[in-house]
Amino acid sequence: MMNTKTSQKIAFSALLAVTLMVILPVLIIIIIIIREGISAINWQFIASMPSNGMRSGGIMPAILGTIYLVVLSVAIALPVGVLAAIYLNEYAKDNLLTRVIKLSIVNLAGVPSVVYGLFGLGLFVIFMKFGVSILSGALTLAIMELPVIITTSKEALNSVPQSFREVSLSLGVSRWKTVRHVVLPHALPGIMTGTILSIARIAGETAPILFTAAAFYVPRLPNSVFDQVMVLPYHLFIISTQIPNMPKNLSYGTALVLLMLVISMNLAAIVIRTYFRKRKKW
Amino acid sequence: MVDKIEASGLSCAFGKIRSLTGINITVKENEILGIIGPSNSGKTTFLRALNRLNDFSLNYRQEGKIVMNGKDISKIDPESLRKNVGMVFALPLSLPMSVYDNVVYGPKRHGSKNKKELQQLAEKCLRAASLWDEVKDRLDASALKLSGGQQQRLCIARTLAVQPEVILFDEPCSGLDPISTAKVEEAMVELKKKYTLVLVTNNVKQASRVSDRTAFFLMGELVEIDITRNIFVSPKDKRTEDYVTGRFG
Repeated sequence: MMNTKTSQKIAFSALLAVTLMVILPVLIIIIIIIREGISAINWQFIASMPSNGMRSGGIMPAILGTIYLVVLSVAIALPVGVLAAIYLNEYAKDNLLTRVIKLSIVNLAGVPSVVYGLFGLGLFVIFMKFGVSILSGALTLAIMELPVIITTSKEALNSVPQSFREVSLSLGVSRWKTVRHVVLPHALPGIMTGTILSIARIAGETAPILFTAAAFYVPRLPNSVFDQVMVLPYHLFIISTQIPNMPKNLSYGTALVLLMLVISMNLAAIVIRTYFRKRKKW
Repeated sequence: MVDKIEASGLSCAFGKIRSLTGINITVKENEILGIIGPSNSGKTTFLRALNRLNDFSLNYRQEGKIVMNGKDISKIDPESLRKNVGMVFALPLSLPMSVYDNVVYGPKRHGSKNKKELQQLAEKCLRAASLWDEVKDRLDASALKLSGGQQQRLCIARTLAVQPEVILFDEPCSGLDPISTAKVEEAMVELKKKYTLVLVTNNVKQASRVSDRTAFFLMGELVEIDITRNIFVSPKDKRTEDYVTGRFG
């Protein structure tokens, strides 16, 4: 029979070992990508057009394309998502309709990304005749972001103390003004964190934009939302699989840029959260 | 004195849980009506029925009638009713904004824009809540930096700022030290000259100090209501006597 102390030690070490195994893949990915890709990173790589069948030159159009898509999709998804969250958290009664809405949100979050891509192709590209374009891609991504934005916004609204609402209501202030002036300002950091995290998630998505926005190669920058664009994840996919004699460091460099983009967004989310957490106390 | 509020046959329930049964009670103009009773006796439910804050609770049902200024309050639009019937909560609930913004929060939402008028109003209300001297130099500081007693008086000032006729106090001193309590009580006695006050309190002594009449609630029923002196010196009901003398249970 082992004594309590020894068994406790063994249990703790086992738990620690398993936990460390979770960090390992993250570290290995980052280390390999940096080691292989850092030599490709310079100003010219970031700020110029690809040349020589993408075997040299930069990835500027892909970076810009990703940014366009992300910004436009958030501009669409954020208002819709926040308003829906306000409705669900502040107004909706617990009835059949509300339950159906909540169920759809959960299911929306579980749909595989390639299905979103096909859906976007059918609805935006073909039926609404937007063509393969920034607009179609952004709309598709927006639908994909919605469940995350709605869920996190709802949590954020829900965490505003009920007593704040009662104070405002007891002064004869209407429900909408209470939401607008008391609830929303205090839920804002949470809403922003959720939104940035959803951005970080969709910035690296390939499947939803594959049929709706992404182009293999466009010799010029897009002029309008109806143009096709190059995007980082898809660009990474084609230069790694479709182009023979591709310098290896360029693919890793592209991956590094994408990774940095996503990590910096996650960091921004953390900074915003801690900043606001310090400011508010009750 | 004139009857300000008259509740008749008032019964309230949250789902299957009844919290008030057949209450008949009047509140007279410019008095402080104290309501005492153990927890779960329906005091707060009664208070929140007066400004219809119960309406937001799940499965809330109400029977009977509450009349204020001769009008059935269920027929008044709840926002103008609540403007007229202010409430101070058990905990000092300052909104997380500056002292000044707390006071003018209500008037601003109701559409006052004139800065000068708002400033004058803020000063008037803070004076009425006997807080002005303590905060006049820190109106822009966060309200959360004030002490508990100061915050509670700030809540009173905020309630006054929407110019109500009736103010409901829901155990306003339950989280305060004796000196802060004394200051809040002082403010209340000052306020009854212009307003009608209903004070729910767990502190029997507080009711005896400040209220003109006192009602004793027990298990959702009104046991007795009388002039405060009578309640404490010669209560008619045995249960009231037991409660006010501390022999309860």
